[in-house]
Amino acid sequence: MNSSKSTVPFKGTPEQEAQLLEIIREKKDSQGALMPILQKAQEIYGYLPIEVQKIISDNTGIPLEKIYGVVTFYAQFSLFPKGEYTISVCLGTACYVKGSGDIYDKLQEKLGIAGGECTPDGKFSLEACRCIGACGLAPVLTVNEDVYGRLTVDDVDKIISKYA
Amino acid sequence: MADITVKINGVELTVPKGTTVLEAAHSAGFEIPTLCYMKEINEIGACRICVTEVNEGRGFRLVAGCVYPCSDKMEILTNSPKVIEARKKTLELMLSTHDKKCLSCVRSGNCEFQKLCKDYGVEDADKYDGVRNEYCIDDSAAHMYRDNNKCILCRRCVAVCGKTQGIGVIGANERGFKTYIGSAFDMGLGETSCVSCGQCIAVCPVGAISEKDYIKEVLAAIADTEKTVIVQTAPAVRAGLGEAFGLPIGTNTEGKMVAALRKLGFDKVFDTDFSADLTIMEEANEFVERVQNGGVLPMITSCSPGWVKFCEHYFPDMIDNLSTCKSPQQMFGATAKTYWAEKMGIDPNNIVSVSIMPCTAKKFEIGRDNQSAAGVPDVDYSLTTRELGRMIERAGINFAALPDEKFDDPLGIATGAGVIFGATGGVMEAALRTAIHTLTGENVTDLPEVRGTEGIKEATYKVGDLEVKVAVASGLANAREVLEKVQRGEADYQFIEIMACPGGCVNGGGQPQVPMGIRNFVDIREKRAKVLYDLDASMPLRQSHENPAIKEVYETYFGKPGSHKAHEVLHTSYVKRSVN
Repeated sequence: MNSSKSTVPFKGTPEQEAQLLEIIREKKDSQGALMPILQKAQEIYGYLPIEVQKIISDNTGIPLEKIYGVVTFYAQFSLFPKGEYTISVCLGTACYVKGSGDIYDKLQEKLGIAGGECTPDGKFSLEACRCIGACGLAPVLTVNEDVYGRLTVDDVDKIISKYA
Repeated sequence: MADITVKINGVELTVPKGTTVLEAAHSAGFEIPTLCYMKEINEIGACRICVTEVNEGRGFRLVAGCVYPCSDKMEILTNSPKVIEARKKTLELMLSTHDKKCLSCVRSGNCEFQKLCKDYGVEDADKYDGVRNEYCIDDSAAHMYRDNNKCILCRRCVAVCGKTQGIGVIGANERGFKTYIGSAFDMGLGETSCVSCGQCIAVCPVGAISEKDYIKEVLAAIADTEKTVIVQTAPAVRAGLGEAFGLPIGTNTEGKMVAALRKLGFDKVFDTDFSADLTIMEEANEFVERVQNGGVLPMITSCSPGWVKFCEHYFPDMIDNLSTCKSPQQMFGATAKTYWAEKMGIDPNNIVSVSIMPCTAKKFEIGRDNQSAAGVPDVDYSLTTRELGRMIERAGINFAALPDEKFDDPLGIATGAGVIFGATGGVMEAALRTAIHTLTGENVTDLPEVRGTEGIKEATYKVGDLEVKVAVASGLANAREVLEKVQRGEADYQFIEIMACPGGCVNGGGQPQVPMGIRNFVDIREKRAKVLYDLDASMPLRQSHENPAIKEVYETYFGKPGSHKAHEVLHTSYVKRSVN
């Protein structure tokens, strides 16, 4: 088990908290309130770190673990913020057989984070994605809007240094 | 409710509408195996070991017998080749991710999963090879460890923590093959607001969670000739220990337990019932003082360390309502290392104080602040009933054949009031017996209003001019309900007894595990509690203040209840804790 606490410092504002508290106040007495509250919370903060989950727990009476269990169950929720640059590696069939798995591994190693996480400086987040329709360029990754194709593991350093 | 007729394995049976297939089969004499199912607590039909063939007119199909309701004219097959095959396959699939270290597992021999594999003739434990999740053992809590490599994801621990105890510090994280039971943000259990009640251990079917075992340390102390090793046994231990040796639930093993402890080499075998009587003297006095001097009310008992920790985490604003009395375990240790040590001329540093408890929170309690009356810990090792069972077994002692022996004097002398501490309502009854005597001179020994296994009991007693409103709660979800009522100003109790475990200590987290297949149909709380109430009824002295050893300890050492000395040795303090 890796620690699932984000290493990026939490930068929530009082305005965001007020917004979240308002949502909680609105929804907490209805049945099945947790999902909509979490969805709104993720809209407000972009992700669901322990600080946000604690606010929800304290104000709904739902145990923190129960909230965490729901957050880790659904792929739509993230424990980590998005970095300045989001690196998406296509793990669709065509890219995968062309070796995108190795590229993904190399990126995790280089950035020191697992897929889904964000580097402590908030610069890069890494995620896997499914086919982006550029199979002719396989294996493919994107950095925000930029697309890189026909990659090898050796290209990883170069791409990262472009944004660092 | 209307009755319906079903046919189980060819036998016709009439059952009330709403009866599950499992319950109907049970009343027809056919047991359907279960793993995840706990009546009224965990009815999720998830593990699929209970699959049973039913025909509701459209041919036979497999359903989860534990939760599937019977319908009229339903045909049920609990033991067909298809059923056996399906259950066996489920077991084989569970085994594919199970750490099969049965030879070194604490549950070997009373593991529900192991028994099912044997019953269903699983020949190849490695039938389905493949990826296995590997987990680190979480030993961050004072009282237990979790080894998820052995977890079968039945979620019984999750249900009992969340529903019965209203705490919910453990749950299922992630999903699918990656699912594991843990705490929020992978905190160690010791970092959460776990109260150490151990109910999760008591319901775990396998060896995934267990108490931290201190048998080795205790045996080393016994072997050390410099040390005087004394042991105390909580009331509920005598009502549960027999189960570790195959005796029926509800067997009183007090005499054999004492004999076994002596055979194990303890220098003195004492009784926590003695210090339960002492607790009553202090607590009844504290209660009368609070009532007369306008102290904080309602006063709430502090015997159950799981409850005390719960109060500190979840009701920090009510810690002043807690009685300042140490628990009987700690009062015993404190008295042994001060009064008794002085009396015997033994340096408290050379006394090793061991307790046998039906409880895992006691392991946490011995390490709390302000529990060292003689400058050394009041209690050095707290073992569960289960650990004592293992110690006796390991020593090759034939428990069933032991003669009945008596506790040593003077810390083994007790009254019936001390004995009933182990059942919900017992502390309240014992305290009221003495409080009533103090205020009116009357001798009252039976207060049936506060007895029984209901989660919340209320009663009002007229004590002299005083009207005393009391409440008794066991199980922490029930405790929460009572306290919230108090906080909302809807109840004006003066005295509340709370025990963390449902039914009180007899059903403590440290008692021998009873397979859920039995617990779903037998109330173990009631059977074990009966042992204590029968003992109480049979004793010549049934009020704590009548205990001659208690009289002596006050005459020669403490002076009177609530004295300065008594406060130094027998009382403690609490801290506010956060919720995680």
